[in-house]
Amino acid sequence: MLAVTATFVALAGCTAGGGDGKLELRVATFPPGADAAAYEAFAAQEAQFEKLHPDIDVIGVEYEWTGPTFAAQLAGGSLPDVFTVPFTDAKTLLANGQLADVTEQMNALGYTDEFNPIILDAVTGDDGHVYGFPRQAYAMGLHYNRALFEQAGLDPDSPPTTWDEVRADAKAIAEATGKAGYAEMSTSNTGGWQLTAATTARGGRIQEGEGGDYTSTIDNDGTRAALQFLHDLRWEDDSMGDDFLLDWGSINQEFAAGNIGMYTSGSDVYTALVRDFGLDPDVYGLTVMPMDGADAGVLGGGDIAVVSPTVDDATKDAATTWIDWYYMQKLLNQDAAVQDAKTLADSGQAVGTPVLPVLDQATYEKSREWIADYINVPLDQMQGFFDGIFDQTPVGEPKGHTQEVYALLDPIVQAVLTDQNADIDALLAQADVDAQALLDGN
Amino acid sequence: MTALHEATAPAAVPAERRPSASGARRAPERGPVAGVRRWVRGGGLSTLAFAIPLLIVFGIFSWSPIVQAMVMSFQKTNLITSQFVGFDNFAHVLADPLLGRAVLNTLYFAVLALVLGFPLPILLAVLMSEVRRGRGLYSALAYLPVVIPPVVAVLLWKFFFSASETGVFNTVLGWVGIPAQPWIQSAASAMPSLVLEATWAAAGGSIIIYLAALLGVPGELYDAAEVDGATIWRKIWHVTLPQLRGVIFIMLILQIIATAQIFLEPFLFTGGGPNNATVTVLLLIYRYAFQNSLGGDYGEATALSLMLAIVLAGLSFLYFKATERWSS
Repeated sequence: MLAVTATFVALAGCTAGGGDGKLELRVATFPPGADAAAYEAFAAQEAQFEKLHPDIDVIGVEYEWTGPTFAAQLAGGSLPDVFTVPFTDAKTLLANGQLADVTEQMNALGYTDEFNPIILDAVTGDDGHVYGFPRQAYAMGLHYNRALFEQAGLDPDSPPTTWDEVRADAKAIAEATGKAGYAEMSTSNTGGWQLTAATTARGGRIQEGEGGDYTSTIDNDGTRAALQFLHDLRWEDDSMGDDFLLDWGSINQEFAAGNIGMYTSGSDVYTALVRDFGLDPDVYGLTVMPMDGADAGVLGGGDIAVVSPTVDDATKDAATTWIDWYYMQKLLNQDAAVQDAKTLADSGQAVGTPVLPVLDQATYEKSREWIADYINVPLDQMQGFFDGIFDQTPVGEPKGHTQEVYALLDPIVQAVLTDQNADIDALLAQADVDAQALLDGN
Repeated sequence: MTALHEATAPAAVPAERRPSASGARRAPERGPVAGVRRWVRGGGLSTLAFAIPLLIVFGIFSWSPIVQAMVMSFQKTNLITSQFVGFDNFAHVLADPLLGRAVLNTLYFAVLALVLGFPLPILLAVLMSEVRRGRGLYSALAYLPVVIPPVVAVLLWKFFFSASETGVFNTVLGWVGIPAQPWIQSAASAMPSLVLEATWAAAGGSIIIYLAALLGVPGELYDAAEVDGATIWRKIWHVTLPQLRGVIFIMLILQIIATAQIFLEPFLFTGGGPNNATVTVLLLIYRYAFQNSLGGDYGEATALSLMLAIVLAGLSFLYFKATERWSS
């Protein structure tokens, strides 16, 4: 009994924290499953930060943004003090009072005005206050397996630039290797996410409107063309393999295992592919998504470092100090950028993964120059993306009920991939009605 | 009370009510204090000591969440702030076009599971009970799927269900000239595929229960049937099944309740797809609560949970009533 009591006392001591007077700050690290080297790199960064701020004790917490667990973690108090959320969800979270106001802290750091205004808008509430630090943005890209390209007699240094070429290459890969030439996500809302990206790339939009007044435009020619493309690859060419119920995790897994020739996803997924899914960097290739039509644009997104609304002022100050040091300074300051890149590179982590600037373009380019010596991602295998991305028009994700609209679109993608006779027009007409009902709050 | 009971009643008077051994006459104790004393002497304290942990555990982990869920079904809540909305959650759920699909899918699963999954364990148990040697081995083999963690089993079966021609099941089908099947990759075959796995996963537990019941059937009944020249099928029909009817009745209602709450298979195999072909009521509840990444609609999720619980309770009651005579 004594031993049990002692254990409880010891545990209580731990959770009360700071027997040494330090302020405990719980910060998000990586999704579960990250490799040991990622934790080594984090430990090194933690030590560097604590040396600079001896009054703060940083505690890394495994974290992955998943909608299902967020509210429960917030209510249960198990959310880290600092974590990241996607652009798409920031507006609603801050409107719900689920993010801490960091206006004062960001102003004190002095770079509020340096953010790309469109991106800063994603974290600004109706009250004009700022509720997070945009830390990274991505654009959708076409990821491909160079080894499968070679096996199919294709040149991996000349990836496809039109949707017709994507189709032809997918067919060649499927015929030569028996693997999926092209694959598409379709579950856990990712089907809607990717269909939106494919629509945007063909000049369509699935939603219009601003400021809470949105109209569903799912029934448009871009979405129709995107679905017809999938239908043709699946049913005419049989070049999409055998699994049509993939999501972000499983498509990455299949791609890393060499079972997929091409797929579209965020340009920054390389880090996860190597760190969490064991991809061989040598087979990786990245290029821009083909654009088709006058209004074609590349769907973008990103995430924001935010502070839990339940923390006290002292912890909030410590949290923004950490965000500034861990996420922001490497974008702004040469020494910080070099230190961050060196630490990551020393632990074998990806440095230089293609992202989009959250600050202005000049600062972004300068930051790439600072870390040039440490970049270890295969840049030459991503040349297609770097060459084309800044010529493409960036388009933000739809703002009204984003995830719910994506969820509505999942079954449509699944229907086209699993039913040869799926009536695309009827599916789109119905989805349009259902989405409008959602947007109208019915 | 019978005359016999009345005649023996004085002997049942508790010791403290009888005259004391010393012969001093005391008035019988009355009132609440005496009642408590009697309760204590009758072993009430130890009963309480055994009951309290159970009450606490059930209270915290079962009853309290049930009550909270009932309250939540009348609220719009993000777990931080809550607002009373009357029956709005119930109205929204009933107006959801996906609800009808989910109910039909769940019924489809339940019927398929009943047709495929219910008789199979009885049949296997009867066959195993006829085996004289190695019954333990067969029992262990039958029970093995139950020991495998469900998530691991589903991931294994996902692999077996590969729609490619080199998939495990498709390879086996290929040996007998049957073309490759899409399994979970087609709206038509997804649900039967899930039932196949669910039956495999659950049959072991049922087999063990039936086997235990079968071993309790008096051997004389079989001997008598044999003397009368009954074949094996007549013995099963006229001896085994009537003897098992109590167990069969319980297993049937348990299966109906379990299949109405099917979640794991559609969640892990298909996520409700393809094209909502495997969205079940419980998966819909999960989606209400967790699919919207902004905190979910816990009110609607608990409202649908409550409706499902009421339907299942009503169904169980009707079933018990309808089969009262048969099962007793």
